[in-house]
Amino acid sequence: MDAIKVIQVKEDVRANNDRAADALRERLRDAGTLLINLMSSPGSGKTTLLSATLDRLSYELSIGVMEADVDSDVDAHTVASHGARAIQLHTGGMCHLDAAMTEQGLRNMGIEGLDLVFLENVGNLICPAEFDTGAGAKVMILSAPEGHDKPLKYPLMFEVSDLVIVSKMDVAPYFDFDLEELQKNVRMRNPNATILPLSAKTGEGMDAWCDWLRKAVKEWKV
Amino acid sequence: MHELGIVFHMIDTLQEIAAQNELTAISKVNLRLGEVSGVLPDYLVDCWDWAKKRTDVLQEAVLEVEQVDAVTVCNDCGKTYPTVPQGKTCPHCQSPNTVLLHGLEIEIDTIEGC
Repeated sequence: MDAIKVIQVKEDVRANNDRAADALRERLRDAGTLLINLMSSPGSGKTTLLSATLDRLSYELSIGVMEADVDSDVDAHTVASHGARAIQLHTGGMCHLDAAMTEQGLRNMGIEGLDLVFLENVGNLICPAEFDTGAGAKVMILSAPEGHDKPLKYPLMFEVSDLVIVSKMDVAPYFDFDLEELQKNVRMRNPNATILPLSAKTGEGMDAWCDWLRKAVKEWKV
Repeated sequence: MHELGIVFHMIDTLQEIAAQNELTAISKVNLRLGEVSGVLPDYLVDCWDWAKKRTDVLQEAVLEVEQVDAVTVCNDCGKTYPTVPQGKTCPHCQSPNTVLLHGLEIEIDTIEGC
């Protein structure tokens, strides 16, 4: 029998993913397509927000949406009906997307001619924050009913996000939701994050969100 | 469920390392796991024991997990402290301006094989 060899590896298991994500980000930069990793809990209103966003922006930007869920394709049908090129990714039980799955999804959907692609990550506030998908920007949605204490409970998600959207602001008064307290809790974790309260239902804050997207797309293409 | 995803990432890395070093069987994997990495060691080992049987080079591989304690450093007073009982606020000077030094590791330290 061969002698046992001991090999010093000293490598994080996420290192391979990080390299793949960096390479994908470069390719998307060259293609002029901004990929946004959209993360939140289940039921935070991601699909509703995307539908309302498409209604406002699909005349000026070409937008694709990759919906990642454990199962079903209801979300892909919904966003496609609002004018997006859409594809449904099934993670087969996996609780987050990684760079390889993202790349496969982009290849199947085709990014040619797209200015902006939303990757609607699996609904959960934990591991989607840990795995780099290759996106150019990370946006998280916290819906008002979830409560202003979430940055304390899921710090990493708030630390890695460039933009924190507070959705369902129209119902905030019914849930004792304190926006100032939320802003304080987010700033403690991430002083650089932009915080945007909105309601896809009433349209409050939607202009600011669309402006943020226009600017992000423009800057990505420079 | 989360741990199984981590195991799949580990297996990808280990298969590459085995190929680079011409190993046909890995007998042991030593993993350094951060206290606040969000990975539970018991679940990880359960997932490992299931997934390794589906991977040629890992049939007999034992996973040894070493915990790395979470340590935070304060940017204002420069002192370090244990993260888990204290959180983001420095117990020495009460500053919230602190950064995690250790504790997020999911690192393959060494492997043994032939």
